[in-house]
Amino acid sequence: MTISELLQLFRPPRPPTLAATAKERLQILLAHERADRHSPDFLPQLQKELLEVIRKYLAVDEDKVAFRLQRESDCSLLEVNVELPISAGASGRQPARVGA
Amino acid sequence: MANIIVMTSGKGGVGKTTSSAAFGTGLALRGFKTCVIDFDVGLRNLDLIMGCERRVVFDFINVINGEARINQALIKDKRVENLFILPTSQTRDKEALTIDGVERVLNELKKEFDYIICDSPAGIERGALMALYFADEAVIVTNPEVSSVRDSDRILGVIQAKSYRAEHNLEPVRERLLITRYDYDRVERGEMLKVEDVLEILAIPLLGVIPESSAVLRASNVGMPVVLGAKSNASLAYADSVARFLGDSVEHRFLKAERRGLFDRLLRRTA
Repeated sequence: MTISELLQLFRPPRPPTLAATAKERLQILLAHERADRHSPDFLPQLQKELLEVIRKYLAVDEDKVAFRLQRESDCSLLEVNVELPISAGASGRQPARVGA
Repeated sequence: MANIIVMTSGKGGVGKTTSSAAFGTGLALRGFKTCVIDFDVGLRNLDLIMGCERRVVFDFINVINGEARINQALIKDKRVENLFILPTSQTRDKEALTIDGVERVLNELKKEFDYIICDSPAGIERGALMALYFADEAVIVTNPEVSSVRDSDRILGVIQAKSYRAEHNLEPVRERLLITRYDYDRVERGEMLKVEDVLEILAIPLLGVIPESSAVLRASNVGMPVVLGAKSNASLAYADSVARFLGDSVEHRFLKAERRGLFDRLLRRTA
């Protein structure tokens, strides 16, 4: 260990440079944008049809159903959250998950 | 067989036209018959940067519409042998670019030229899509700045999904990065993304780094492609980039501030 490295230990840590902040922001943003770019084209249609099927059996509002596609290294997860009305017999929210 | 190169970036104002002019000129100086096409319909500027704005009679759109023959629209550069410019229309809009029309013109040019450079407009709409659609190679022009890097990433996605090569499952468009307006003083102060940062994020091979240089504005004032003007860091970096494009192995330079001597530094401090 050189003397300058030794001295470095006693200095307060330097804040990240502006460039480092820029790089980090870009890396996070682009990871998301790249994942979205590869989301399949059929997703909006699937979403629409699933919603139609659900509404055949349950009177749910359109905005009470949330779809989310998550991508992990070895699998993708399609998450469908349906918020059921109280009258449907459920105690409020009841998430249903469909692995895809 | 002619090679079609698209000069693109997504973001505007990063140096696509300057780079198209510099590359076109550089390739022609190396003996390749080269044509540079302006795809920025309605906002034509390549003619101005290349100093042939007063010689435009017919344009790219006239040729697409069959109102002029290609040889009537091509402008031969007066300074460099083998260099031609195909200007675009200033009055029409980008809807005038059709896939069939662009393909027809490119096929005709391919018979005569070694390299065809498509100078893309900014954005990811029709003009930019048409400029990249038939490309064999893409030069992505990027400034070391967050919005430019993000837009470059986006345009890479478009090339990988919507180009002719992508749609027909051919060998992918060869993508290479040209970083422009690089300011090594600001990089050293930690204010600007380093070359390595941009490369790590975009993950495509580096063609060249053009340093921020007053020579670029000086050259555009008089309609002289940077590589033809007085020798400057930018003109040398462009010439190096063209050489690398052609497969030469040339070391990157102008990535660091030149070490100033003691005498120089003293002078600077007192100045």
